[in-house]
Amino acid sequence: MDYTPHTPDDIATMLQTIGVASLDELFSDIPEAYRLKNLPDLPAPLSEQEGWRHMVHLAAQNTLPAMTLMGAGAYHHYIPAVVGHIVGRSEFYTAYTPYQAEISQGILQAIYEYQTMIARLTGMPVANASMYDGASAMAEGAVLAGKTLNRDRILIARSVHPEYRRVVATYCAANGYTLLEIPYSATGRLDTAALAQAIDGQAAAVCIQSPNFFGIIEDLRDIEPVAHATGAFLISGFTEATSLGLLKPAGELGADIVCGEGQGFGNPMNYGGPFLGIFAATEKLLRKIPGRLSGMTVDLDGKRGFVLTLQAREQHIRREKATSNICTNEALCALAASVHLVSLGKNLRKLAELNVHKARYLKGKLSALADWDLPFTAPVYNEFVLSCPDPEKVNAAWQEAGIVGGYTLEKDYPERKNDLLLCATEMLGRADIDRAVAIAAEVR
Amino acid sequence: MDLIFEKSRTGRTASDIPSVDVPSIPLEGLIDEELLRKDVDLPEVSELDLVRHFTELSRRNFGVDLGFYPLGSCTMKYNPKINEEAARLPGFTELHPYAPASFTQGNLELMYELRLMLCELFGMADFTLQPAAGAQGELTGIMICKKYFEKKGEKRTRILIPDAAHGTNPASGALCGFETVTIPSNGEGGVDIAALREAMTEAVAGLMLTNPNTLGFFEKNIGEVARIVHDRGGLLYCDGANANAFLGRTRPGDIGFDLIQLNLHKTFSTPHGCGGPGSGPVGVREDLARFLPVPRVIRDQDRYRFSEDYPDTIGRVKAFYGNFNVMVKAYTYLKLLGGEGLKRTSDMAVLNANYIKARLSPYYDLAYDRMCMHECVFSGSRQVRSHEVHTLDIAKRLLDYGFHPPTIYFPMIVPEAIMIEPTETESKETLDAFCEAMIAIAREAEENPAQVRGAPCTTPVRRLDEVLAARKPNVSWPGEK
Repeated sequence: MDYTPHTPDDIATMLQTIGVASLDELFSDIPEAYRLKNLPDLPAPLSEQEGWRHMVHLAAQNTLPAMTLMGAGAYHHYIPAVVGHIVGRSEFYTAYTPYQAEISQGILQAIYEYQTMIARLTGMPVANASMYDGASAMAEGAVLAGKTLNRDRILIARSVHPEYRRVVATYCAANGYTLLEIPYSATGRLDTAALAQAIDGQAAAVCIQSPNFFGIIEDLRDIEPVAHATGAFLISGFTEATSLGLLKPAGELGADIVCGEGQGFGNPMNYGGPFLGIFAATEKLLRKIPGRLSGMTVDLDGKRGFVLTLQAREQHIRREKATSNICTNEALCALAASVHLVSLGKNLRKLAELNVHKARYLKGKLSALADWDLPFTAPVYNEFVLSCPDPEKVNAAWQEAGIVGGYTLEKDYPERKNDLLLCATEMLGRADIDRAVAIAAEVR
Repeated sequence: MDLIFEKSRTGRTASDIPSVDVPSIPLEGLIDEELLRKDVDLPEVSELDLVRHFTELSRRNFGVDLGFYPLGSCTMKYNPKINEEAARLPGFTELHPYAPASFTQGNLELMYELRLMLCELFGMADFTLQPAAGAQGELTGIMICKKYFEKKGEKRTRILIPDAAHGTNPASGALCGFETVTIPSNGEGGVDIAALREAMTEAVAGLMLTNPNTLGFFEKNIGEVARIVHDRGGLLYCDGANANAFLGRTRPGDIGFDLIQLNLHKTFSTPHGCGGPGSGPVGVREDLARFLPVPRVIRDQDRYRFSEDYPDTIGRVKAFYGNFNVMVKAYTYLKLLGGEGLKRTSDMAVLNANYIKARLSPYYDLAYDRMCMHECVFSGSRQVRSHEVHTLDIAKRLLDYGFHPPTIYFPMIVPEAIMIEPTETESKETLDAFCEAMIAIAREAEENPAQVRGAPCTTPVRRLDEVLAARKPNVSWPGEK
């Protein structure tokens, strides 16, 4: 396939205007020794029809699951038809970052509305236009805390998503920060006594997640005073965005930064990406937060309009003194999230409640099986941990039936040998759940 | 136009939620009421309200499908529709990242093959696809440099960056704790070799070089640059944001670049989506591959799986495996173009840029008068001097002519810079129409400068008060007062 429109005549005329004899001459700045003599050895080009066939074939090498019982940072939710139609408008998806505000009012207003909805859901005064994902949002939050407070220790709950902890560790290592893990207690919540013991004047941030990786709703009322006692920031994360519809916003419970994964709003699982990082903060951090911000202003005639604002924080102005190196974010994913949120409106609460009921039903059924237990006692949202005699065997049985099973915790928590992390969203009907339970019951 | 919040009416809805089909009890019995939220303060509109709202917003937005978008260093080429269709296949969208490998052989094969194609195209030994965007790719690359010297037991604290570099380069270096040292450009827009030689000490981890640079020039002395960096044990990093200039013409790995980050959303036609999602793969030479992020896709006989077994890895920069759905689009594009199509891509991109340069050079000052690659940089200084018309005014006036303006005031080393990257998918007719508009604006600047300074006058809003926006930030709707 060739997407270039040049006819041989065009090329000849254009070369003449330029004043060179050949296309090769245009590349004469590339030293002779480094010029390729042969074409790169790539597979032969395909026509569009052949390419489509190839892609359909490749997609068919995957198995579309009969159901997904996995959460653990990516969630299977119903995406209303309007979402695809709006983000599929090429006025949105073929545009660049809105540097020219006058012809980008559409996305700038959409981002402003997104920021507003995220601010309201997180209970924070300001939210940015999005980060890469929940993990990098938390990492940037930790770095922001370190730089703002000029401290070099980051405390992170062991019950934060293991991959988020690794991303935070990578960013901390690059900044020379030490990272310390705070254990969870027998309930599955953060061990606040251990936190109180570990925290000191060098701690820049306490990073937690609620619901945490075990699906458990943390009690920020217990954590907040300990985190703030030494002046550290409380960074409250989440992986399951729809939980925001149910839980009291972390902002109302004293968090300084609320960050998390927004995929659950309007974005398919996409095998892990693109997702969108939600990032919200207190008013006093406004001029320090990473990422783009859309701000309301007026034009020459006093008419309301929007611009990218507070750009003096950003890399293209501030270079090495920028608050972050982020440039491209996940704007289209944020637009999808916005459309989904507007579509849901007050029904977000109802959706969140439905998730709780489905998870409770699955949890109740499975924990009633012989030798299946609930290791933690604290309340959960739509995910929960169960221990059973042989998690691998159960997953294998589900896999056999085309079901994506649970997350075996042992790989990240060696102490949790028999534990499975499971999730139930609105996508599971009662019959699905009963079927999954029946399969698990057969495993010996 | 009204905000969605202003259109909200209590009791309207654009969604319905399935009824509860499992036994349930009131939530208050499950979760402490103090931990539950009181109200969800989201807009209440009908589905038609929603569709009209966002459709109206889309009409106030300009994308490549609407017209010419010569935004320098951004490679706003046409985004083929087949890429979008392929990426929407449920096999690609509906899989959980932790689905077992037996469910995801197609995805793994795609990532594996994409990696191999990038290795071949850029002459690198290996690639990671994990970084979410170019800037995160840079960060990953710099982390790899840092780890490389740590493993060698060397303490290197500085990183060299030419003054023409993208702002992300120094920001990425700083984010990794490096002190960034600026290398000036020489008289023809290349690296000042003497300055490089002096700065390149054994405290320097390496040079981050955008090639071609942001002036659109291929570094003629690249062999010498590589020798200077390597002689002092440093690493040569290529910011590959401008890779659309040389596909099939040269390979960074052959030149001596040790690392490179790409922007799939620039070079390989995946759409920018108003600022993301992107994808920023990082390629490395053989002995740096052990530092790449995990997990990595490997092939066992004819099966694919992830492996975490790389003890020297820098770790993870992102949850899961990167922006997979963006990779699907880039992969489709590579499959359709092949080596020949990619070479033609760069040939036509460079032809288009040089054509614009030739046509506009009588009317605007060139930053440097030499052959360019995929983009050309003018200065609006002549218009400022003679008519008090600034580059910003010229850009805004272009809006009235129906074009997206070029990148302006960048690179910073060119006063009043106008950076034009036409890309290969634009026809001669489009380039001519754009050049005619630029020439007309140059004439207006002489004859009626007020008209240019007052532009735009055909857009939904006129120039916006950015000072007000920054001084009294309003980044979230406070609601009706």
